[in-house]
Amino acid sequence: MNYSIIRYIIGWILRFEGIFLLLPFLVSLIYREECFYAFPVVSVGCYAVGYLFSFRKPKDTSLYTREGFMSVALGWIIMSIAGAIPFVINGDIPNYVDALFETISGLTTTGASILSDVECLSHSGLFWRSFTHWIGGMGVFVFIMAILPLMGGSSMNLMKAESPGPSVGKLVPRVKDTAKILYIIYLGITIAETILLCCGGMSLFESLTTSFGTVGTGGFGIRNSSLGECSTYVQIVVTVFMILSGVNYTFYFYLLHRKFKSAFSIEEIRWYFVIIIGSILLISANIRHMYPTYGDALLHSGFQVGSIITTTGFSTTDFDLWPQLSKTILLILMFLGACAGSTGGGMKVSRFAIYTKTIRKELSMLIHPRAIKKIKMDGHSIPHEVVRSANVFLAVYCVIVLFSTLLLSIDNYGFTTNFTATVATLNNIGPGFDLVGPTQNFSIFGVFSKFVLMFNMLAGRLELFPMLILFYPSAWRKHQ
Amino acid sequence: MYIIVVGCGKVGYTLVEQLSGENHNIVVVDERAERVQELTESLDAMGVVGNGISHQTLMEAGIDKADLLVAVTGSDEQNLLCCVLAKKAGHCNAIARVRNPIYHKELEFLQKEFGLAMIINPESAAANEIARLFQFPSALEIDSFANGHVELLHFRIGKNSPLIHEKVMNIRTFHHNILVAMVKRNDQVIIPNGEFVFEEGDIAAIAADPAEATSFFKKLGIGTGRVSNAMIIGGGTIAYYLAEKLIATGIHTTIIEVNRERCEELSDKLPNAVIVHGDGTDQNLLLQEGLPNAEGFAALTGLDEENILLSLYAKGISNAKTMTKINRIKFTEVINNLNLDSIVYPRLTTAALITKYVRSMSNSMGSNVENLYRLEDGKAEALEFIIHESSPVVGIPLHQLRIRKNILIACIYHRGKVIIPGGNDCMQIGDSVVVIAANHRIGDINEILEA
Repeated sequence: MNYSIIRYIIGWILRFEGIFLLLPFLVSLIYREECFYAFPVVSVGCYAVGYLFSFRKPKDTSLYTREGFMSVALGWIIMSIAGAIPFVINGDIPNYVDALFETISGLTTTGASILSDVECLSHSGLFWRSFTHWIGGMGVFVFIMAILPLMGGSSMNLMKAESPGPSVGKLVPRVKDTAKILYIIYLGITIAETILLCCGGMSLFESLTTSFGTVGTGGFGIRNSSLGECSTYVQIVVTVFMILSGVNYTFYFYLLHRKFKSAFSIEEIRWYFVIIIGSILLISANIRHMYPTYGDALLHSGFQVGSIITTTGFSTTDFDLWPQLSKTILLILMFLGACAGSTGGGMKVSRFAIYTKTIRKELSMLIHPRAIKKIKMDGHSIPHEVVRSANVFLAVYCVIVLFSTLLLSIDNYGFTTNFTATVATLNNIGPGFDLVGPTQNFSIFGVFSKFVLMFNMLAGRLELFPMLILFYPSAWRKHQ
Repeated sequence: MYIIVVGCGKVGYTLVEQLSGENHNIVVVDERAERVQELTESLDAMGVVGNGISHQTLMEAGIDKADLLVAVTGSDEQNLLCCVLAKKAGHCNAIARVRNPIYHKELEFLQKEFGLAMIINPESAAANEIARLFQFPSALEIDSFANGHVELLHFRIGKNSPLIHEKVMNIRTFHHNILVAMVKRNDQVIIPNGEFVFEEGDIAAIAADPAEATSFFKKLGIGTGRVSNAMIIGGGTIAYYLAEKLIATGIHTTIIEVNRERCEELSDKLPNAVIVHGDGTDQNLLLQEGLPNAEGFAALTGLDEENILLSLYAKGISNAKTMTKINRIKFTEVINNLNLDSIVYPRLTTAALITKYVRSMSNSMGSNVENLYRLEDGKAEALEFIIHESSPVVGIPLHQLRIRKNILIACIYHRGKVIIPGGNDCMQIGDSVVVIAANHRIGDINEILEA
């Protein structure tokens, strides 16, 4: 384990966080808040510590998968620890554990809150909360790679650890350019949504925070009712952008290069839209009797489906009151998640596609036991390694769900609450059902449970293994 | 530049390693998925798994926007076909590796007819390198410039060398027309100034006219003429090319090869060489064939480890100039400590040839990279530029130019004359200039100046 390179990378992460923290400072100046000093103090602190850490470039710049995973996991944890401090200083969230929960929930784009009243927060606090979604959505490491030429080819190991999906590839030959393209698309979508929301009569502040929440597929709102009181226009815009943010970014890359045929032939995206349309239709038929017109039912069902499958977690209505069928569909969508290579969480549609195909292959092997069959995606055979790691992912995922539900049950709430709290955090969604439903929040849990949920959120965002490697003793040993 | 490299073998890997350090966009293509993955995990390049002669694969690799395609798969025919396809599908230049001796005499024809930018024959290039060193056995390595009129000769400063404890500035009183261009000491590459003092064990490189170099080495007492006989172990392609060249210059050549059929083939093609059928690692056989009296020894079997052992053995029992071919293994530090005399790395030779081309292609400004040699595992480079048009470096005495640190003008070849430059000399249009650069990558003569 090459600790000096990890120290160096974390140093850069802190420096960037220091810069990011200046944005909410700007907001606090605009709104002339009393406690304007909370953000700059932490910002300078982060930058200074980061500068110390990254002052000397280590001699040994070897960065293998192990170092990549470790630096990403530690980087995210340290970023959360630092990012939570301003909330405590400016009094928005006086309890540090709660502030940490809120920050991790923001960075991992979960959007699960421990606040029962968000409307009383300061503007800068609200902005930072939403901005963490935007940072965490595409990923800090990707951002750093877009700007700094860190260490050439091996920085792919960082990107692999941070970017979601069963196999992470490049769009263009160089890591740096790939990262740049991703951020340009990301920024483009954010700006487009902000403008459209402003056109719908939203204030610039609310448009920005809502866009951060949508495009990063986070889900923090600045109102207690999430987007329930917003106009139909706003709800439609947000629905569309949520669904677009859950699309594999390779799709946009192809569109930008006018390769329309390649863009629309990405198998995962077809699965994604088929699932979305199917779910919307089923749910709107199922909830038709609860709303005055069919249009209303369609709107609400569309919004909720888009919000859950992309793991955003906004809501326009209390879907906890919906009939069981609709709730169960939503629960399944929670597991499913968005496309690989998007900002969304969950198990990812492509993994789901691999699982379906593996099952079909296994069945056909029963009939032709000696047949040799390859699993294909987009016309290419999937390497055995990818299939294997997708299967292991599923196993680990189930273990974490069970274990986390077990640990949460110590607090003695109902099964639905514990189970959906686990699912909603591990898949980075936000709201679950029952006591953690869309109108409720996570403040009911005790400190221990909150730490379990925080682990879930980080593990979900980083796709399990980077977090698990922290618990694997031999990964820490220097001479291995 | 956007470069597609077809074939992720040893050469492909080395090539990408060198090129990706020079800010190019590189896509690699290979049918073996695990090779592609291995490469893209450690180097900054994109991988495409597929056959390089399939149009679809090439499109996927972005042939439509590529500037250059390099085909270095194991098969000559595949390389050629790939280049031809690439030229039709895109507007790129193409370089193919072709190594089968059958094509050797037809390379020019193939290159012209297929419209290729370059055809590389690594075996022939390696054989050239060895043959050059057999002509001048005192040197460890010879890099030649200006069509052989200027050479950069590397030699080790041995125990009894008169140069030990001498300053570089005194070397001129010792022998006039040479320049100490680079010294390697303990794995560090130094571009020495006048005050630098030589020590035992240093490897120095001098730039000089070949004749001047010969007389300089004579004065040092390490000058010997070219070898009069040579023993080659392993009868592969390099051995064939090498024997052909050596025999042409009148050197008595023996090849020991273990495969009977190959021996017959060789004796058919090389009637003037002695072809011995036997195991080259058999000590008795080596002694019987007169190894103790050999003056040149080249270990060219397919196994790097065997080559190293053979050379060490030959050094022990004879005064022969030994050449060791190392193709696969890296362990550079270990190999450097073995005192192996001269080592040939066909993989590096090939990659350097292509890098040279790429660099001159991306700098079509006032000068072209005519020659490029990577020195001491890439720690330094020796480059030759031909100055075609006026630029800030032309016509100004060298002492007035603000040349960057760790860059040295080693030699100017001016109208058929080799000038070892002093402060009052200057570069002129039409000159070939040899530049040594440590820790810099330069692609144009103007880059020697401070920014």
